Amino acid sequence: MKKIEAIIQPFRLEPVKEALHAISVKGMTVTEVKGFGVQKGLREVYRGMEYQVDFLPKVKIEIVAADDKVQTIVDTIISKARTGRIGDGKIFIYPVAEVIRIRTGETGDAAV
Amino acid sequence: MSSKRVTAIYLLAFILVLLCAPLAAAAAEEAPPAAAAAAAPAVTDAPDAGGATTGSVKDVTAKEAGKPTLAELMDAVGHNKISINIVWTLITGYLVMFMQLGFALVETGFTRAKNAAHTMLMNFMVYVIGMLGFWICGFAFMFGGVGQVANLGMLANLGNEVTINLFGKDFGLIGYKGFFLAGGSYDVSIFTLFLFQMVFMDTTATIPTGAMAERWKFSAFCVYGFFISMLIYPIYGNWVWGGGWLSTLGANFGLGHGAVDFAGSGVVHMVGGVTALAGAIVLGPRIGKYKKDGTPNAIPGHHIPMGIAGALILAFGWFGFNPGSTLAGTDLRIGVIAVNTMLASAGGALSAMIYMWLRFGKPDPTMAVNGLLAGLVAITAPCAFVNAPAAVLIGLIAGILVVLSVLFIDGVLKIDDPVGAISVHGTCGAWGVLSLGLFADGTYGDKWNNVEGTVKGLFYGDASQFVAQFINVIVNFVFVFVAAYLTFKLLEVVIGNRVSAEVELGGLDIPETGVLAYPDFALLKGKREDTANGELG
Repeated sequence: MKKIEAIIQPFRLEPVKEALHAISVKGMTVTEVKGFGVQKGLREVYRGMEYQVDFLPKVKIEIVAADDKVQTIVDTIISKARTGRIGDGKIFIYPVAEVIRIRTGETGDAAV
Repeated sequence: MSSKRVTAIYLLAFILVLLCAPLAAAAAEEAPPAAAAAAAPAVTDAPDAGGATTGSVKDVTAKEAGKPTLAELMDAVGHNKISINIVWTLITGYLVMFMQLGFALVETGFTRAKNAAHTMLMNFMVYVIGMLGFWICGFAFMFGGVGQVANLGMLANLGNEVTINLFGKDFGLIGYKGFFLAGGSYDVSIFTLFLFQMVFMDTTATIPTGAMAERWKFSAFCVYGFFISMLIYPIYGNWVWGGGWLSTLGANFGLGHGAVDFAGSGVVHMVGGVTALAGAIVLGPRIGKYKKDGTPNAIPGHHIPMGIAGALILAFGWFGFNPGSTLAGTDLRIGVIAVNTMLASAGGALSAMIYMWLRFGKPDPTMAVNGLLAGLVAITAPCAFVNAPAAVLIGLIAGILVVLSVLFIDGVLKIDDPVGAISVHGTCGAWGVLSLGLFADGTYGDKWNNVEGTVKGLFYGDASQFVAQFINVIVNFVFVFVAAYLTFKLLEVVIGNRVSAEVELGGLDIPETGVLAYPDFALLKGKREDTANGELG
């Protein structure tokens, strides 16, 4: 089992979610986050004074899936989240030691 | 069938029955009751759907019903005129009261979420505290010597003014009748005047809360509320509106019509703006407002839509503020005043927006809002005395002026005014008073302040009116600044004006009011927001 953590542009969340539904991803966790990457925030002007927006809003999607599903999910996310411009985000993949469904106590792939 | 749907069908049936009931009732009324119309032919009980016949001679109060004498008729005419004026003054006063909400939304929207309950509470309580202060003595000091206000048909006489005699002329300093609205002030016209003037005073009182937001101790604010409503506002107000010495500069020294300020660019707005200036100086800037080298940081407001909603509420309330200041719905100049008011606001918002766009690349919404308010503040003094092109021009100039003033106060004077209150109300209030002395076109204001002829500005042949306006601005600034500065310094010694750095960084809501404005939001504490210097100031 792997955990896929994708940080994407907030306005791409809907298309990504729809596409993941279409390939029968069973669950995901979404968090509104802020951060910076290569682009290093923005400079803006408020009432005539420049200011730096250090952290830009992003959406973090977390999905845990069986090993053989990971590549499809990653490809799907990339296909829908990519705009080709700076700020599209990143995907991180982690190994998962165990998954337990709280309601039934099932573990492993059955609990995903 | 689901139970929800059954309920909906019952409701629909009930409504249909209700709709049928009036039809049935109308059918029942078709048959006239026997011998009802025989007694008095003049009186009919036929309904008046068109509205043309309601209100007739039978409604004139007369000893012999339906046949008033000439004297009774004249009484009715006079009573009607004063009734229109009093109803007009009350309703426009209610509109001005609603401006409290406008101020609350602008000030809270343009400041940070962590202080929103505190900023809102100041705007709320200033209404309450100011009202009581004005009731105790503010009204008496301001209007106790104004005499009988003719437009309100006043029978009681607010005739007690303290005067001193200089150069053989009387200088009115302060009134002293109407304390607690008791005794001889228990009068419909005086109560009406009180309501209208109270909401004006509260406009002044709520202006400094914007410039002093996000760092002012709530207890000090409460005491301030009494000072401004009982002393600072009423004393200067007496000099211009209560028959005091600035209003008699014309009658005494031939300076135009004396200080003329139709609805209060000076009396209301400049007093608020100058008080805000003194307060912001005594308080000092918010932590993080200035970098080590002294250049200002931007501290964006947390809710721009709230600020814009507030600005539109203020613009709506201004239709009470300016036209209401005739104190007379029978003075049809109100049409001109209302149009001048809206034209100037448009001029101000447009020029401020375009200026920001050209200079900084984007049409900053907070400056567009300040521009709208700047236009409104500026037209408040001259609104009754100028024509439409002048009103637009006064607004356009105010919109540029407010932006330059904000940049100057923030960047050069290094006084931190989160919402631009000093610039909107102080700078543009002064501009409004002066603009009357330039653009008054002589179509209105005959016998204003007991001077023969209409009010004319410099461009219409009366330079002395501009001199009177100029003196008014100087006196306003000096008196209000000194009085407000002393008030805040006194508060500094007795209570302390400023919250601790810890409270300021964490937000004033919990320590000062015990409750968060937005408890369900996790506030991301950005580096920019709180510790731009990386230290506690």
